[in-house]
Amino acid sequence: MAKPIALTLNGKKVSVDAEGSRMLAHILREDLGQTGTKIGCGQGHCGACTVLVDGEAVRSCSTSLASVAGKEVLTIEGLGLPNAPHPVQEAFMAHHAFQCGFCTPGMVLSAYALLKKTPKPDRRQVAEALDGNLCRCGAHVRILTAIEDLATKGGVR
Amino acid sequence: MNRRDFLKATGAATLGTGLLITFPITAQEPEKIPSEVPEYPKDFNAYLRIGPDGRVGCFVGKIEMGQGNMTALAMLAAEELDVPLDQVDMLMGDTDLCPWDGGTWGSLSIWQFGPVLRGAAAEAKAVLLELASGKLGLPPDQLQVKAGVVSALHDAAKRVSYGELVQGKPIERHLTRVKVKPVSGFTLVGKDVPRKDARLKVTGAAQYTADIAPAGLMHACILRPPAHGAKLITADASAAEKLPGVKVIQIGELVATLHARSDQAREALGQIKAKFSPSPSTLDDQTIHQHLLKAAPPAKELAAKGSLAAGEAQSVHRLEATYRDGYVAHAPMEPHTALAQWERGKLTVWASTQAPFLLRSQLAKAQGLTARNVRVITPFLGGGFGGKGSCPQALEAARLAKIAGCPVQVAWSRQEEFFLDSFRPAGIVKIRSGLDKNGRITFWEHQVTSAGESEAETMYDIPHQRITSAGTWMGGGPAGYHPFAIGAWRAPAANTNVFAKESHMDSLAAKAGVDPVEFRLRHLKDPRVVAALKAAGKAFGWIPHAKPSGRGFGVACANHRDTVVAAMAEVAVDKTTGAVKVKRVVMAQDMGVVVNPDGARQQVEGCVVMGLGYGLMEEVKFRNGQILDENFDTYRLPRFSDMPAIETILIPNPDLAAQGGGEPAIVVMGALLANAIHDAIGVRLLQMPMTPERVKAALKA
Repeated sequence: MAKPIALTLNGKKVSVDAEGSRMLAHILREDLGQTGTKIGCGQGHCGACTVLVDGEAVRSCSTSLASVAGKEVLTIEGLGLPNAPHPVQEAFMAHHAFQCGFCTPGMVLSAYALLKKTPKPDRRQVAEALDGNLCRCGAHVRILTAIEDLATKGGVR
Repeated sequence: MNRRDFLKATGAATLGTGLLITFPITAQEPEKIPSEVPEYPKDFNAYLRIGPDGRVGCFVGKIEMGQGNMTALAMLAAEELDVPLDQVDMLMGDTDLCPWDGGTWGSLSIWQFGPVLRGAAAEAKAVLLELASGKLGLPPDQLQVKAGVVSALHDAAKRVSYGELVQGKPIERHLTRVKVKPVSGFTLVGKDVPRKDARLKVTGAAQYTADIAPAGLMHACILRPPAHGAKLITADASAAEKLPGVKVIQIGELVATLHARSDQAREALGQIKAKFSPSPSTLDDQTIHQHLLKAAPPAKELAAKGSLAAGEAQSVHRLEATYRDGYVAHAPMEPHTALAQWERGKLTVWASTQAPFLLRSQLAKAQGLTARNVRVITPFLGGGFGGKGSCPQALEAARLAKIAGCPVQVAWSRQEEFFLDSFRPAGIVKIRSGLDKNGRITFWEHQVTSAGESEAETMYDIPHQRITSAGTWMGGGPAGYHPFAIGAWRAPAANTNVFAKESHMDSLAAKAGVDPVEFRLRHLKDPRVVAALKAAGKAFGWIPHAKPSGRGFGVACANHRDTVVAAMAEVAVDKTTGAVKVKRVVMAQDMGVVVNPDGARQQVEGCVVMGLGYGLMEEVKFRNGQILDENFDTYRLPRFSDMPAIETILIPNPDLAAQGGGEPAIVVMGALLANAIHDAIGVRLLQMPMTPERVKAALKA
């Protein structure tokens, strides 16, 4: 086994003793117990596994552990907690912008990444930014509205 | 693990970063393991338990897969008991703790099970009032209940809470003939409330089956044939066996790789060298309709009235058309997943299932156990849509866990999900009809093949008609009729039949030179459908015009199991690319009493979006038993950029008990889009999905 790989996970330094070629989604879920990151397709086509690496939304099912060495990884657990949700999470709650909830962590993180870069996106920009995040339940229109609403109320700063 | 430990474990499971409160430990579990008899128990203690702190544990065999019944059922219990909604804790889909249930599908949770739960809660409240009466020394009619506290009508100091009355024990006393609240007495039902699963889901704390990881867990990946009907000849697992931490299980056709990490189990599976016989299937998505017609089982008559010959004789215009659609996948975002654990001969399975009690029976049969020795626990489901009524992955996990001697998780990959899914069957509907000189329909013959019966009958006033159906969505037909599994897909059969019927109504309206809404109104008897059409027309701003008007306006309506829907849409069609852009959809729905209006709107929106999928883009491609769609790169689901504006109108109807809301709005979507496309470009699309290629082909024809 190669030497452990260090990274920052949700603001804390962690060291992972695993092959660097393994995909981040599995490392997060099975080695680090962060099960909020979901695996929906395994090939980067659905966005359920979206996490932020140095502020960029990436598909963790197609991102190797080695490629995030020394970087900052933010998962849904690092954004907010059930008793202290982040404003993006609050906006999703307020608009019921989810149904089954399986795509939701990826949606929330994609929305957060968008608002960090583009604080006042129009609807088309939101749709473009989230187009690779699939939702089978059909919460799309609520998700668009939740993000727009949050943006008009001050965004994520 | 006994039941109390389980409640503690699920109530405060430490996973990931923190404490996940899914079910407070103060809530009480029912005393008895619910009956194995497949019927709803009569004793209200099976459904409800009141803790010393007054929190109400509500136990139901339904499951939450996104449709919001966790919230709506809690509302019904809270309403009848007169307790605040946030004081009700739902525990769902656990066969050891919850009363029997037949399965979560068919829009049944509220209209079929709702009255059962309301009845239980109403009886519990009546008994609690009697107990309070004894305690406070006042007759029940001198008492009132507010927020779970019983007090004297004229002396607020005389009071006792539910929690104090019950002390967490089962209630021995029972009453008969207790009436549920009248609609006029509702204080909670009918109001928008926050979903009970919101906080957990937006923070990633909600647990799905794949998130549960007991000590010693192994992930299993199973060797699948490359095509349906292909048989395993040889499998050489020697390379896989050499990988560190890998265990290979090989028994006959079952070949699986196990590892403590799921990705490494999958990698090991890739090292197995297997040979399969070719699939005997020679069908593909182009030839399937001919085959389904040719090999169809005998048709069954569903309805007949008058004489088709007489109707035909009365007609001056006749119209015949054949409508087709293909196989569609459920494609829930969460693939089928199960975790099986054996402890001292007892089997516990966590599964993404829509039917935990059915699955318990199947597991018991497969493992030679009594149902009592099998427990199915259902965490949150990441979507179901009918596809998780069938759970072979749970049987696989149970078998592998027994062989491996450790807990085993089977989580299908997306490729397996597409390969093993029970698709909505392809179908063919032939409709023959005629109009008299006044533009009235004189006869109507509807022959559906392979799609199934639901909604095949017409709701229009037509004197001469005959409706037949050959084959069902559950299968039927000769062996190999479908080259893979088929099953219930949100509103089974109805999407295909309504596509044909409501497309055909539009074509007849065009032939009669009458506005399609007006044409429908002239043939409708059901005042609720009339009202829904009018409500939709008002919100949409429908201005009557003979078809095609060039505006891209479409209409379609249906009565699906007593929920009435009328939809209108506006589309734009790019004649060069064939692309259809849906700009807006208005859906008017009369579902009787609406329990949670915002929940109902969410379901309507979901129906509209999923309807865009089957209407415009979804079709499983296959050839010789092989499923060519393996992921979302080729099987396209509706995306953000496809979204229209969606407006839902819920028509108040307090005189009708609450009906289902998960399916009705989806059934009109195919015809709605076909009719709007026809109105835009004057061309009738007869086959779903109405892809750009098919639109272009229709324009050329």
